Amino acid sequence: MEDIYWILQADKVYRFLQNNKRLDGRKFDEYRKAVIVRDFSKNADGSAYVKLGKTEVIAGVKLDLGQPYPDTPDEGGLSTGAELLPTASPEWEAGPPDPQSIELARVVDRCIRESKGIDMKSLCIREGELCYVIYLDFYVTNYDGNLFDACSLAGTAALMNTKVPKVENDKIVKGEYIGKLKFTKKPLLTTFVKLKNYILLDPSLEEDKILDARLHVATTEDGKICAFQKGGSGSFTPKEIESCVELALKKSKELRSLL
Amino acid sequence: MRVDGRKNDELRKIKFEVGVLSRADGSCYVEWGQNKIIAAVYGPRELLPKHLANPYRATVRYTYRMATFSVPDRKSPKPGRREIEISKVSAEALEKAIFLEKYPNTAIDVSVQIFDSNASTRVAALSAAACALADAGIAMRDLVSAVSVGRANGEYVLDLRKEEEDAPDAVDLAMAILPNTEEVVLFQMDGIITKEECSRLLKLGLKGCKMVYELQKKALKEKYMREV
Repeated sequence: MEDIYWILQADKVYRFLQNNKRLDGRKFDEYRKAVIVRDFSKNADGSAYVKLGKTEVIAGVKLDLGQPYPDTPDEGGLSTGAELLPTASPEWEAGPPDPQSIELARVVDRCIRESKGIDMKSLCIREGELCYVIYLDFYVTNYDGNLFDACSLAGTAALMNTKVPKVENDKIVKGEYIGKLKFTKKPLLTTFVKLKNYILLDPSLEEDKILDARLHVATTEDGKICAFQKGGSGSFTPKEIESCVELALKKSKELRSLL
Repeated sequence: MRVDGRKNDELRKIKFEVGVLSRADGSCYVEWGQNKIIAAVYGPRELLPKHLANPYRATVRYTYRMATFSVPDRKSPKPGRREIEISKVSAEALEKAIFLEKYPNTAIDVSVQIFDSNASTRVAALSAAACALADAGIAMRDLVSAVSVGRANGEYVLDLRKEEEDAPDAVDLAMAILPNTEEVVLFQMDGIITKEECSRLLKLGLKGCKMVYELQKKALKEKYMREV
């Protein structure tokens, strides 16, 4: 049963949009306030807490040992997961990852991986045999829209302060580090949603719940695009995609300045 | 020159065949280069469990699965995260094409299975699924036509093969449109590009999708020729 609450909210959101306004008073291309708290978890090898509007996520990194993939025998690995915690929304329950959390984790993973910002070769210990694997996990503790940008900001912030643990006799030495993870490019996602014919940056909860389509543009510090993802059952015209790309390159700088 | 001798804006050999299964409400088999994919549609039918049904419109459920032997290394039969993500975005892409509001409370189930693969399977599967939906007689505003475009070894190419996806500078963009309005309903990319390259790939993708659209239409018409 579609929640009647969101149907009523949709009426309100569209009434505002007709007057070129958003419910929270923002411009169509305006980010909410973002805050980063680094080193959130002492036990993690890298971590960050991010608040974007009232959306709150915690990203944590642990490095473990593993075997390199056969097609990249001289590189380390990256594995990304996301949990939509029951604390974050009444609709979410504990349990195995559902398509929503899998998409979230995979899109953020793609943004970071495809930027080529992580020096994967530096994570190889013995070619074809032993390497570091970066486990990057997101916990969404409060859902107020736009999980994608919040997670990518938290993930990049966490990787930027990740330390690489020491390895002795093919085992990780707890609490001892050999240096910082080599991570550049500051990749970030910029999310747009389409509601009827309105395109909005950084969707709030209401906008997220009633969107027709969304577009995530991953950009890097040097002004390149490194990934796209379109979601939702609506569509974008090629022109709209081009203008979102333009805006993403501009607006991502605002979030990046916090890193 | 590309690995298989194609021009940069040339598709592999593609053959759709519509109405190939006897039990499904609609079906389509596609051979797309080395890719061999079958798509079946059931519905609109009752959505169970009932509390998941949407009283305003139909729900599209799409399952994209690869056979264990369809890739160089055996794939685990368990659905992977990649398959789940592709299924989700493909369902959303098809929803735009269907008059969902005509079928409240129902499910439209689309099942696609990959038996042999060589890159661009998600777009081949989606294009076949659109034909199967049309074959099932489901009311649609348009077909969905999909291709991959990208960059490989400095060239901008249509319909990437595995070797091209693995090029050192590879960019892989999967896109699908409603061919009559050019609305983009699927858009996924890996790889680093500039704003200008993005526009260029979009243009090549639109052209490719329209080429696929012609093949889809031809296959749908052929089915009815066969039946007469």
